[in-house]
Amino acid sequence: MPVNSKLDGSNLTITVTGRFDFSVHQEFRMAYEGLSPSPSQYIVDLGETSYLDSSALGMLLLLRDFSGGDSADIKIINCNQDVKKILAISNFEQLFRIE
Amino acid sequence: MDTVRILIADDSKTDRLILQTLLKKQGYPVYIAKDGFEAVEIFKEHRPDIVLLDAIMPGKDGFEAAQEIKVLSGDSFIPIIFLTSLSDAPSLARCLEVGGDDFLTKPYNQIILRAKIEAFSRMQDLYQTVQLQRDQIQAYTNEMVIEQKQAKAIFDNIAHRGCLDNSNIRYNLSPLSIFNGDILLAAEKPVGGIHVFLGDFTGHGLPAAVGAMPVSEIFYGMTLKGFAMEEVLKEINTRLCHILPVGAFCCAIFLDIEYSENRIRVWNGGLPDGYIFEPNEGIKVKLPSTHLPLGVLSSLQFKSEISVCSFHENDHIFLATDGVIESESEKDHSIFFGSGRLESIINEHSDSVYHSIQAELNKFSGNERQTDDVTFLEISGKNHIKKITPKEQNHGVKQSLKWDIEYCFYVESLRHFDPLPLIVQPLMEVRALRPQRSRVFTVLSELYNNALDHGVLKLDSVTKGDADGFAQFYQNKTNRLKHLDKAEIRVAVHLNSQMDKGELTIKIEDSGTGFDYKSKLKEQVVANLSGRGLPLLKALCDSIEFQGKGNQVEVKLSWIEQ
Repeated sequence: MPVNSKLDGSNLTITVTGRFDFSVHQEFRMAYEGLSPSPSQYIVDLGETSYLDSSALGMLLLLRDFSGGDSADIKIINCNQDVKKILAISNFEQLFRIE
Repeated sequence: MDTVRILIADDSKTDRLILQTLLKKQGYPVYIAKDGFEAVEIFKEHRPDIVLLDAIMPGKDGFEAAQEIKVLSGDSFIPIIFLTSLSDAPSLARCLEVGGDDFLTKPYNQIILRAKIEAFSRMQDLYQTVQLQRDQIQAYTNEMVIEQKQAKAIFDNIAHRGCLDNSNIRYNLSPLSIFNGDILLAAEKPVGGIHVFLGDFTGHGLPAAVGAMPVSEIFYGMTLKGFAMEEVLKEINTRLCHILPVGAFCCAIFLDIEYSENRIRVWNGGLPDGYIFEPNEGIKVKLPSTHLPLGVLSSLQFKSEISVCSFHENDHIFLATDGVIESESEKDHSIFFGSGRLESIINEHSDSVYHSIQAELNKFSGNERQTDDVTFLEISGKNHIKKITPKEQNHGVKQSLKWDIEYCFYVESLRHFDPLPLIVQPLMEVRALRPQRSRVFTVLSELYNNALDHGVLKLDSVTKGDADGFAQFYQNKTNRLKHLDKAEIRVAVHLNSQMDKGELTIKIEDSGTGFDYKSKLKEQVVANLSGRGLPLLKALCDSIEFQGKGNQVEVKLSWIEQ
């Protein structure tokens, strides 16, 4: 599966392998929806993501919206240089913690 | 078998004549010698099949002649039968001791003479058959050794050493390890870091080597193209499932070492524990097998879950196939090297664990040959990457390239087919473009999806305003694709790569009605869930130009090589 998720206490880690684009949108959404109680922290691991496009950015914003909008606690981790650049172009570091 | 030719040597003329007459009557061609000297000379000249020697002769007697004839016979079996009137046991025994095969006492009995000659003739036939077979086996063996050497040369080109010669890697791999069923591969990833694969096929020899070939091809091919280790593992497993007979499989450990992130990702299916250790500190983490070996589970059941461990500059990794812990003691074959011994070496030796293990193994199993049969390696976290020269990476010199590719995707393809890998693939054959892989992929994806979603399918991205809208958008896309009647998307790629810079032009045209780009492009981009595509394109490309009625777009990406 290109999208995997792991719940550790109240931390949810979502891992996207390979391409992060519209084709994984349903899986990505399923990874965080319907969890009870809701996780307090979300971690998106892009260590194995080879590229992302604008619909991936949209999906990240949806996750942010879902988990509380401005009060959401979302970390995006293990980005490689290319992925980091895409996130930076769209100023996502203002909305997410990128590590 | 041709008629048996017989040499008779006897100093008594009468005896010679009797024997000659008897043999000729039975149809055997006969050579005559009157003493040992003549017997040896005639033997040299005519190479008779059987020799009848009188024991006592003047000059050179039968005993002496027999020894010389045996030497002259070399590899072939020439029966020597002594003719004697002696009857005491020691004399008869001596006939056999000097190399005679039998004796015949005078006076001769015609029936026994004939029976003996026939018996020896049969024995000679048998001997020749055995000899022929021995020569054939020898020839086959020689041929096989040559074939194996050639196979090994081919194998080495496919399952090459990759980056195993990096200064932070030390490994012990038998020169003929392919015929042991061990395989060790390492490759640098395009984004930095390395992939390492250590495998141990069940069985030995050719079947194992044959299985190792696709593993190597997949490993190097997919790693070079930037696939994640999970994908590489899945592909290897699927291929092995197809080609290996039931019961054959490959125990393996796969490492993804990310030096810059100070971590490794591990998958171990069936190999002994690997170790992460620090000199002076000993073993920090064991990397146990948590999966079934490769080639056992079907691709649906296969599990590619990975363990992640931290791996710092001072850390080392040690991996081995089971040959190490199963090495037998020289003194007692029921005692094995064992993992306890291995672990205490790692814990007790502060530096050069690799050499300590090699030395201890040799000492334990008592010879140098033993370590030839086992495969192990040590990787240190100190990674002084030797800069890969373009020549090594591309098997060639820096290229100047200029070409066009044009694709046209029709309804059937638009519906079911994801064309991006197809378009990216030939681009990644261009060495200079490999560092641009992610950028090219994003730009192409953006362009293609725009052409499909908005150009051909006329979907409105405003619906992507919230989560439900996103799903709705997806639903609409699926529906409209299903009912799409006539449409096409053309993708034209023009590459112009010089020695140290280059430019890629991508032009996409869809069969849709276009849009009013002149007014739309003036709108400010708002931070909602859609509308990020265009700014992204603008940031990643040097230029972006809409053409025609808005159904054509051309972008340029340039790069300068460092």
